Amino acid sequence: MKSLEKVKWMDSEQNKLLYEPAIHFHNVSFEVRDTKILDAITGSFPTNQITVLVGPSGAGKTTLLKMCNGLLSPTTGEITVQGQAIHEMSPIDLRRKAGMVLQNSPMITGSVYDNLALPLRLQGKKLSKEKALDILDQVGLEGEYLERDSQYLSGGQQQKVSIARTLLNQSKILLMDEITSALDPSSLNEVEDLIRTLHEKHAITVIWITHNLEQARRMGQYAWIMVDGKLVDAGEISVLDDSDIPSVNRFLKGDFS
Amino acid sequence: MSTTALFLTLIFVLIPLVLSKTLGLQLEKDTIIATIRSTVQLVAVGFVLKFVFDSESYLFIFLMVVLMIGAAVQNARKKGEGIKGITWKLIVTFVLLEVLTQSILLGFKIVPATAQYIISLTGMVIGNSMVLAILFLNRFVAEVEAHRPESELILSLGGTPKQAIHKQLIRSIQASMIPTIESQKTIGLVQLPGMMSGQIIAGADPLEAVQFQILVIFLLLTTAALTSVCLGLLSYPTLFNERMQMLQRQEHSK
Repeated sequence: MKSLEKVKWMDSEQNKLLYEPAIHFHNVSFEVRDTKILDAITGSFPTNQITVLVGPSGAGKTTLLKMCNGLLSPTTGEITVQGQAIHEMSPIDLRRKAGMVLQNSPMITGSVYDNLALPLRLQGKKLSKEKALDILDQVGLEGEYLERDSQYLSGGQQQKVSIARTLLNQSKILLMDEITSALDPSSLNEVEDLIRTLHEKHAITVIWITHNLEQARRMGQYAWIMVDGKLVDAGEISVLDDSDIPSVNRFLKGDFS
Repeated sequence: MSTTALFLTLIFVLIPLVLSKTLGLQLEKDTIIATIRSTVQLVAVGFVLKFVFDSESYLFIFLMVVLMIGAAVQNARKKGEGIKGITWKLIVTFVLLEVLTQSILLGFKIVPATAQYIISLTGMVIGNSMVLAILFLNRFVAEVEAHRPESELILSLGGTPKQAIHKQLIRSIQASMIPTIESQKTIGLVQLPGMMSGQIIAGADPLEAVQFQILVIFLLLTTAALTSVCLGLLSYPTLFNERMQMLQRQEHSK
């Protein structure tokens, strides 16, 4: 299994696992009307690490991420989250455990507060103003944004609100789909710092789809490289620089015409 | 009305035909078909009603009600093709509405239990319910597609299908009920309802006609509320699978 070859999962001297897989894919395929979107994916995302998921558009990255959150189910194969098969978990528990920040940061109609309060409201709870202000501060937005209409925020601000909203579910696994694509360089740094801090402080497992290879190298400890629905290479982050697979090298050099 | 007078009413068909031809509206064929269909259907129903009224048989009344519900279902289901099992959902809605309204009307002896009342009121209730069902389904299917990212967001954060579709459901119910409520606000001022006008022309006392019309408008409020709420609650679960995933349109219409 390619992903296990390049990641050092075992400490051979002490004969114990270095990392439990947070999420494991076993021979997972996904088809829509006879079109294969994912093709026999097998591999793991290590617990408490940041794994970057890279690959050209149409490689199946978003589909794969949605499966981790239970928004889609595999056509064949099995996915386990923290050792438990997801088809045996309640979808609601799975989605709170593996929180997703969706691409394009969809906002519900209403203020920034309404958006932040959404995850708690879905559980019949209320979000206090203090907590809302605190989370806004964490994602680098000032308190005055709380009452703003979410539809009038810039793309970058919406992405920040979107991250803050998912964080309020206190998920131990964060699934992020190109969350910094609309950010300016300074906001991008802020979000990267935020994810780094969350990951270090709260031992959160992060799976991060990015098209920015520099960002992947800065943030990732592990990498999955996907092409045409297949997992073509996986391993420690250095795999982005020293892969011996020609299709991966072509992709990393930007040649994917 | 004399036969000659009846034929003269064809002038009201000629006017739109001439306008359509002159302005190139291309509605001549539809207008002619509509004229022929409505005339044939009304004449036929006139004979059927006369037969049913004369017989005073509950079996025939029942068959008439079934026929009306069947025709309404046939008409409305085309608008709900995106929703799995829409035919049964419409049947359940119309039958529930019919049973509830007739139970209240007949149970409290608001109207006598005769064919004349049962069939006329059923026609109004089911006819209005059909239009509302079409309005509701049109809006609901459009709302669901337009707000798919919002629904997916709610699901991704651990919301239930009902929470994910709640706003779309409410907006669609409101949109289908508003025309009924609005038209009732101006009733008597701008328009005299067809049924009341018919009664007055037929020689009934206007105050008696008004009493009956009040009963009908209240009945139609219930019709409006019940149709869209019932259809909405029956329809939304078919948009999701058992893993609380939102299905694509072609999947939930299978």
